Amino acid sequence: MSELVLQIDGREVTVKEGATILEAAESVGIAIPTLCHHHKLEPYGGCRVCSVEVEANGRTMVVAACTYPAEKNVVVRTRSEKLSRIRQALVEMMLAHAPDSEKLVALAEEYGADRDRFKRNQSFCIHCGLCVRYCTEVKKKNALGFIDRGAKKRICFIPKIAAAECWKCRECFPLCPTSALQAAFVLTEGMTAAVPTEAAESGR
Amino acid sequence: MAKINSTVEFEALRKEILSSRDPNRPCIAVCTGSGCLALGAAKLVAALKNEIKAQGLEQRIEVRETGCPGFCERGPLIVIYPEETCYLKVQPADAKEVIASVMEKKIIDRLLYVDQVTGERVVHEMDIPFYKNQLRLLIGNNIKLDPTSIDDYLAIGGYTALEKAVCQMKPEQVVGLVKESGLRGRGGGGFPSGNKWEFTRNAPDPEKYVVVNADEGDPGAFMDRALLEGSPHGVLEGLIIGAYAIGAHEGFLYVRQEYPLAVHNITLAIQKAEEYGFLGKNILGSGFDFTVEVAQGAGAFVCGEETALIRSLEGKTGEPKPRPPFPAVRGLWNKPTNINNVETWANIPLIINKGPAAFASVGTGGSKGTKIFSLVGKVKNTGLVEVPMGITLRDIVYKIGGGIPGEKKFKAVQTGGPAGGCMPESLLDMEVDFDQLTKAGSMMGSGGMIVLDEETCMVDFARFFLSFLAEESCGKCVPCREGIQQMLAILNDLTHGKGKKGDLELLEQLTEVSSASLCALGKGAPNPVLSTLKHFRDEYQAHMEGKCPAFTCKSLFSYYIEPEKCQACTSCGKKCPAGAIEGGKNQIHMVDQAKCTKCGACLQACPPRFAAVTRILGEVVPPPLPEEARTIVRGSK
Amino acid sequence: MDRDRIDQIIDTHGCKASSLIQILIAIQSENHWLPKEVLERVSERLDVPMNQIQHITTFYKSFSLVPKGRHEVHVCMGTACHVRGAQGVLDTVEDVTGIKPGETDVDLKFSLETVNCIGCCALGPVMVVDGEYHGNLAATQVEDVLKTYE
Repeated sequence: MSELVLQIDGREVTVKEGATILEAAESVGIAIPTLCHHHKLEPYGGCRVCSVEVEANGRTMVVAACTYPAEKNVVVRTRSEKLSRIRQALVEMMLAHAPDSEKLVALAEEYGADRDRFKRNQSFCIHCGLCVRYCTEVKKKNALGFIDRGAKKRICFIPKIAAAECWKCRECFPLCPTSALQAAFVLTEGMTAAVPTEAAESGR
Repeated sequence: MAKINSTVEFEALRKEILSSRDPNRPCIAVCTGSGCLALGAAKLVAALKNEIKAQGLEQRIEVRETGCPGFCERGPLIVIYPEETCYLKVQPADAKEVIASVMEKKIIDRLLYVDQVTGERVVHEMDIPFYKNQLRLLIGNNIKLDPTSIDDYLAIGGYTALEKAVCQMKPEQVVGLVKESGLRGRGGGGFPSGNKWEFTRNAPDPEKYVVVNADEGDPGAFMDRALLEGSPHGVLEGLIIGAYAIGAHEGFLYVRQEYPLAVHNITLAIQKAEEYGFLGKNILGSGFDFTVEVAQGAGAFVCGEETALIRSLEGKTGEPKPRPPFPAVRGLWNKPTNINNVETWANIPLIINKGPAAFASVGTGGSKGTKIFSLVGKVKNTGLVEVPMGITLRDIVYKIGGGIPGEKKFKAVQTGGPAGGCMPESLLDMEVDFDQLTKAGSMMGSGGMIVLDEETCMVDFARFFLSFLAEESCGKCVPCREGIQQMLAILNDLTHGKGKKGDLELLEQLTEVSSASLCALGKGAPNPVLSTLKHFRDEYQAHMEGKCPAFTCKSLFSYYIEPEKCQACTSCGKKCPAGAIEGGKNQIHMVDQAKCTKCGACLQACPPRFAAVTRILGEVVPPPLPEEARTIVRGSK
Repeated sequence: MDRDRIDQIIDTHGCKASSLIQILIAIQSENHWLPKEVLERVSERLDVPMNQIQHITTFYKSFSLVPKGRHEVHVCMGTACHVRGAQGVLDTVEDVTGIKPGETDVDLKFSLETVNCIGCCALGPVMVVDGEYHGNLAATQVEDVLKTYE
């Protein structure tokens, strides 16, 4: 694999081809805030908190560092007034759903986000996808997934699988930046209690 | 039907088809595209065929069910060949007269197009101003073809471009021709097609795919529907040529489920093309293999985005993927994939047959060829129009479109679908092409062109697009999922008179975070807001004050019957669907604001000589007259 | 829907994960909705986990996980129809049928959906019932049109 050179925050960085901007920045100790990123999971590009400015061919674009590939000779800025405004707005929009999330509150402090800027809609889930992705990619149990799309999208456990696997596992719980997962699981637990037994099912 | 295995056999078949057709034999071409079908075209066809049968004329007159020629406002329509006489708004009851006119070579005056200004009647299709001012290189074929007949397509020169390409040219040559032509993608991106083909061709992986994006999700746009329904072989031919040029052996046609006739016609066209040897193994004896499969959409606008479309073809949810890597390098199943819009593919046979120079002689410096627009909304001649790039908006709206109906005032033209913007009157003389539209704060988009008049509320219009996108957002990324909701909340407040101080500023701030979206749906979401704020800020201001100047937002205006003008004729009360008009004969009428649904039936019903029904901005109406004062005393005659 | 017919449809489209959507479209067009047992069979044969099928059947709006009415009513809410008064038509349809978009009435007579443009923009507003197009529709005509469907 060949190497390439790019510029991040004024510094020259050398990385192997195929690395993302996030990996390139991490390799030289430049911190970019993330929320939906996890080293054990495929990059997701959902929260957009890791947005950076990339200048190439005379154009400047806002891209997600976790998924954008490091390219030869591009100039990357991980901090700017525009990026701060963007990150602030992103955090504020997520705070409307989960105002007490530790991770969000920490980001709010750094970017001057106002947790009351948007009307509260405490559904808790901010769709980082960490739980779903962890269960699918690492545990390979597919015990939960997404339902619907847009603002109506939510996570949902598959009762049969959850009943058999989740209580003894729960490895996704600490990944959740808000308490959405615990709430969803408790709800499902309530539902799985009513699931018919194997005997009753085969009699159908 | 034996497969055609060589240029010689192809020529022989064409000659055979042409010689078996008598160009002088009367042919009644009836548009049976989805639009005219909805207007009863199938019944018209049946009536014509029955009449022909009844008179024993089956051998002498042909009835051809064709695709959409675009003059949707005047359907059902027919064109009689060889004279090219065009009749509009034809009904089944006219069948007998039409047959008689064909046999006697007469004209039926009342079914002809009448020029609104001069009163002149126009006989020939191509002389009708709607058509005359267009350049119908692609859609002009529709009225001549039965889309279920491959022979019809061959008869007008179909598949000659394919023969030229696969039998006489090298793949790189074909790519070169498309590059030279300057063709830019017709789906919205406007990326130079030849360059995209070249990237895909040069990608190292030998397994490549070509895809037709027929998801046409922009509301108000139906160009691709007409092309696929009416000339499916035209699209197919372009695709096969492209596959040859790029080096792909498998192709997919992704059509939205909402177009059942298009799905049917393209599926049939593929079957026929396979029978004839234009698809499959060793096409026309060239050694090139290529097959195509049809896949349907399942109701998701976002699947018009190329990476979401790819995921849908892979059997997954239509959540877009980050680019780079671009599909030309890693697309369907991570293989190099070239996706183009239906109209882009349809242009390819033209480029091969006429040559790139002739193709590029039409259009502007940066935008070559023609573009099909769906001209809809508040315009007299709604339908599909094909025009050379560089024509002015004014010519499209007025010369071809016939202007605004009902003597209303023009307000704006919107292009580019939910990611586009509006052009007000001051921009009517813009020469329409990719770059000019982008410069004006809009974009070409797929071709939807919505005309708006004084009764269109621009705030509600922006709200409409945001509400559409809110439903269609895949929901993966925060700027789109959350940002659109927040912008929509503000616009909902504005259209209900609940605008708060700082709302307009917040709206403008929210448009910045959209640039961090994962895909073009999110990135383009603020455009209708930005564009309407720029050109119609006064309307936003009025809404902040609780008024809707276009009388559209129901809580921001009221219907009011002026007591001095009302003659108590009861016309309005009879039409009111909500029982909101009080007062009967000799009793001055009054609108009960609590029951009024703002449907406007009373305004339509009140006789113009009284003109007593009026609309008042805001919610405050004059207090009602006391009941005693409402009795009209009529003088004796 | 019986298991043999489901298997037939699966085999026609190819028993692979990428055929999932086309298979579900084919099943839905015959059965008018996707019962749980059908999804479980498809999941089993295509080896696609239920959480993915769950997402796909709720992400794409043409799929229904509940039984549909005898008559499917689609009101077009595309831009052209919108500026010509589609909202008024939809409001009236909701009044007459008693249901909102996405719902089916208790008698299983009507199912109502909005559609974001069916491509008949010159005829706006348009309402499609069981594939039959009703164009240039005024809100005042809705009740009469719907009355013709048993």
